Amino acid sequence: MSETNGHILTVNDLKTYFQTEDGVVKAVDGITFELRKGETIGIVGESGSGKSVTNLSIMRLIPEPPGKIVNGDIIFDGVDVRKLSIEDVRKIRGKRIAMIFQDPMTSLNPFLKISTQLMEVTQLHLGHTKEQAYQHAIKMLETVGIPDAKSRVDGYPHEFSGGMRQRVMIAMALSCQPELLIADEPTTALDVTIQAQILELIKNLKSEFGTSVILITHDLGVVAGMTEKIIVMYAGKVFEIAPTAELFATPANPYTKGLLKSVPDPAHEQGKELYQIPGLPPDVAHLPPGCPFQPRCYRAEEICVQEFPPFVQINENHRSLCHFAKEVYAESIAEKANKSAIV
Amino acid sequence: MLSFILRRLLIIIPMALLVVTVTWGLIRIAPGNFYSSEKKLPAAVEANIQKKYGLDKPWYQQYGIMMLNILKLDFGDSLKYQGQSVNEIIRRHLPYSATVGILAYLLALAIGLTAGIIAALKQNSAFDYGSMALAMLGLSLPNFVLGPILVLAFALGLYILPPARWGGISSLILPVITLAAIYMAYIARLTRAGMLEVMRSDYIRTARAKGLDEKTVLLKHGLRGGIIPVVSFTGPALASLLAGTVVVEKVFAIPGLGNIFIQAVLNRDEPLILGIVAFLSILIMIFNLAVDISYGFLDPRIRYE
Repeated sequence: MSETNGHILTVNDLKTYFQTEDGVVKAVDGITFELRKGETIGIVGESGSGKSVTNLSIMRLIPEPPGKIVNGDIIFDGVDVRKLSIEDVRKIRGKRIAMIFQDPMTSLNPFLKISTQLMEVTQLHLGHTKEQAYQHAIKMLETVGIPDAKSRVDGYPHEFSGGMRQRVMIAMALSCQPELLIADEPTTALDVTIQAQILELIKNLKSEFGTSVILITHDLGVVAGMTEKIIVMYAGKVFEIAPTAELFATPANPYTKGLLKSVPDPAHEQGKELYQIPGLPPDVAHLPPGCPFQPRCYRAEEICVQEFPPFVQINENHRSLCHFAKEVYAESIAEKANKSAIV
Repeated sequence: MLSFILRRLLIIIPMALLVVTVTWGLIRIAPGNFYSSEKKLPAAVEANIQKKYGLDKPWYQQYGIMMLNILKLDFGDSLKYQGQSVNEIIRRHLPYSATVGILAYLLALAIGLTAGIIAALKQNSAFDYGSMALAMLGLSLPNFVLGPILVLAFALGLYILPPARWGGISSLILPVITLAAIYMAYIARLTRAGMLEVMRSDYIRTARAKGLDEKTVLLKHGLRGGIIPVVSFTGPALASLLAGTVVVEKVFAIPGLGNIFIQAVLNRDEPLILGIVAFLSILIMIFNLAVDISYGFLDPRIRYE
């Protein structure tokens, strides 16, 4: 076991490519980040930015072919997941790293009882007998707040509502007390009140079990109250990485600024048209040589078309992928000072 | 559930009567009848025959009499095989067809499912392409071609299997293979398509994320959803296999129901034709019902009231 520095997960220059008829799609292209034990990190980005592929790569769940992890290290608790045999990866999946998926309607097997689906995890990883696993399944359902768990455990997924199904997914993911929980847009398919409940649940369980969490979302509101650190992804690359408070207050990347501006602010902008970043996300199969965000960027210059931007270190924990990262950061600080002067 | 089954069973009666009516109508529309021959009968003889078999009565009376008898499950005697009731003939010839049919069904199911599953798991592999090409061939090759080819090769070429007729297990091999081929091919393709569809679904990804091995993912999580299209196909398929297939029985000279049916049609043996048609339609409807019931067991979301 190598040095972990208190990091449960270190992803270093991860590249996951997909072979398609359109050419090679660089879904994830050089992602680097660390996650401390007990920390929650948010990964934010538009659809197709590579958020989900990053995390499926960590679990080695990329369908191969057409996908392939072509480069990088995924160090989980001192062990490079990429170098493990598939049998050893299976011992980690579900036991030490668990995943909650976006759509609880389709992520549970419609043909099997909830109990069966919960029991098979602990029977496999914890060596539970049928009876132990059954009792544990009921306990987990109670933990995630499913009323009348004793009788509902023998139900089928279609007998549960969306929010309840996501609770079942969470119960399933947490049944072996994993060290890392990857929540891939856990609330996207749910309505707003249920969203808040599910997020609260993840938060509570995280502190109860001491689990580290990667929270993937395209909703900045979701990550704001949940995470210590945020990664902003665009076109398979990390565009900005910063502690949550700093990223919200003083973003150093035009894309992040655009995202933050897109969050509706009902208190101050009532009656105004909602802001949106112009244009569409790029086709990752045919990226231009320059900055992939350049066509949509408000301050793009000639250099952005010509050259790929550098990953600029703003301060110890804050980095941004932009030719003008420092300028944008200064802008943000000025805006912040302005705002507080007005208030 | 019980009331659903009961209702479906009751529907079988009017449906079977409808099928019989249409068949009766078709027989009557066709020119000539059992008694017509090239030699013109003397008018007095013909009148006698017409009288004896009730053919002199108006058509609706004849239809009424026939229907009443059928409702009593009495199809009467065969015209050709004097003194033998239709029920008796069906009972005597069914076992031959059923034996070949059930064996063919099991063979088709075993090989079709296995090949389909492996092809789906190893999509785009040599096995996938090979088995699917073979399946395509099986689908396109009519059994009246495949049968004689097999006979030519194994009976007349290699002398290892009997070419035709009933007698011992060895005589079953060629007809069973001939009969099974097309069903096997169909099941293999349906299984492959169904499994491919299911193995791409989100809940399979969930199962993998739990750390389950591929065998468990496939058999416990994938198979049930994957074979639903196969189940829909195999119900009616079993019915038609049991009832004997006209061509294969003819090719291999098996004294089954299919062979008798052809004879009955050629002889214009009206009671026998109607009897076999009614029997077949009831059989098919029962197996369709069985398929619908088995859906309920396969997929918990399906509930019958």
